[in-house]
Amino acid sequence: MVVTADIEKVTSVLEMVKDPEIPVLSITDMGIIRNVEMKGDRPSITITPTYSGCPAMDVIEEDITIMLKLHGIEDFELKTEISPAWTTDWMTAEGKRKLREFGIAPPEGTSKSALLGHDPVVTCPLCGSKETTVVSEFGSTACKAQYRCTDCLEPFDYFKCV
Amino acid sequence: MTEKEMLVDYLLRLGDNSLILGQRLAEWCGHAPILEEDLAITNIGLDLLGQSRLLLTYAGEVEGKGRDEDKLAFHRDTMAWRNFLLLEQPNGDFAKTMARQMYFDAFQYLQYEALSKSSDPQLAGIATKSIKEITYHRRHSSNWVIRLGDGTLESHDKMQTALNELWGFVHEMFDMDDVDNAMLAKGIGVDVAALRPAWDQYIEEVLAEATLSRPYVTWSVRGSREGKHSEHLGYILAEMQFLQRAYPDAKW
Ligand SMILES: [Zn+2]
Repeated sequence: MVVTADIEKVTSVLEMVKDPEIPVLSITDMGIIRNVEMKGDRPSITITPTYSGCPAMDVIEEDITIMLKLHGIEDFELKTEISPAWTTDWMTAEGKRKLREFGIAPPEGTSKSALLGHDPVVTCPLCGSKETTVVSEFGSTACKAQYRCTDCLEPFDYFKCV
Repeated sequence: MTEKEMLVDYLLRLGDNSLILGQRLAEWCGHAPILEEDLAITNIGLDLLGQSRLLLTYAGEVEGKGRDEDKLAFHRDTMAWRNFLLLEQPNGDFAKTMARQMYFDAFQYLQYEALSKSSDPQLAGIATKSIKEITYHRRHSSNWVIRLGDGTLESHDKMQTALNELWGFVHEMFDMDDVDNAMLAKGIGVDVAALRPAWDQYIEEVLAEATLSRPYVTWSVRGSREGKHSEHLGYILAEMQFLQRAYPDAKW
């Protein structure tokens, strides 16, 4: 079935596309969708990569295409723009809440303070303690660092500010 | 060289630096001294690979001869590569990998900071995106130089040796040739020679904290921008390009 696309329809379909590495987050929560507009009858979607080398980006593009087609939207334009550069400041409050529930500490503070080298106070997503220490600034993926809670002693991932 | 050819060459220099260092870092996968480092080094390599994809894709577009990122990465022979000699040097031990990384991270940080103000919007966009990643890379490599330098007697010696061994390769990073000057005049490129004092200062601060000394090495080698490489690049390409050489245009 081919449906008539409009911005609301496209936006709601995009919300169903999950980040392949953090499946609790939609790509909308992540702030990856930069723009959705109609060019005549044809939706045009602009996305931005999180990290330059993020292997999830190719999968995300594929998933968007599949999800739109699955919902009857066959003809659309999918563009990638790197400027302005993605920042964790674009992650939605809802996204941050879902991350914490999933066991990943969401980014603390703003991108600017992190890049100036200020160490963030990271809250343990498991027990809520602020007594945590960094194990390594690089975790299972480029976007995460490894932390440990000195209260409950559990290790956890922290989504870095960029 | 026409102006367009110069821009292509300039972009290849940037992209090749990221690609060759990224490829070198990938060699650590499964071999790093601890699991956290295995993850860190390969993630940094992946960031560099991502930068090179953006830069080589753009170089191919400017060139307009139908070469995409893959063609540029897999179908060029040694003489056509423009990466710094420093970056193709073998990983050696962990100290040597970190010395190479800190030398380059400190340079790339300054270079990309300046490139983020380039009059070429595409290049400025790539630089602005990448500098966030480079900030983490530089902190990571510098922290290791400090930990190893200010560590045990053995780690201190190994770190100092590594810094000394690679010092002769750092100078060409700050050379300006015709292409650099032409790009600088157009507001596209960076005056890398002018970055040397800031680089020296950064390195000296890290070395001071690490209780290490600035290498006293009188030799230096240059030539990557004319395609004159060390023997090591050939071996890197032999491995990296094998599949596309054996099965041209294979897809997966
Ligand atoms: Zn805890």
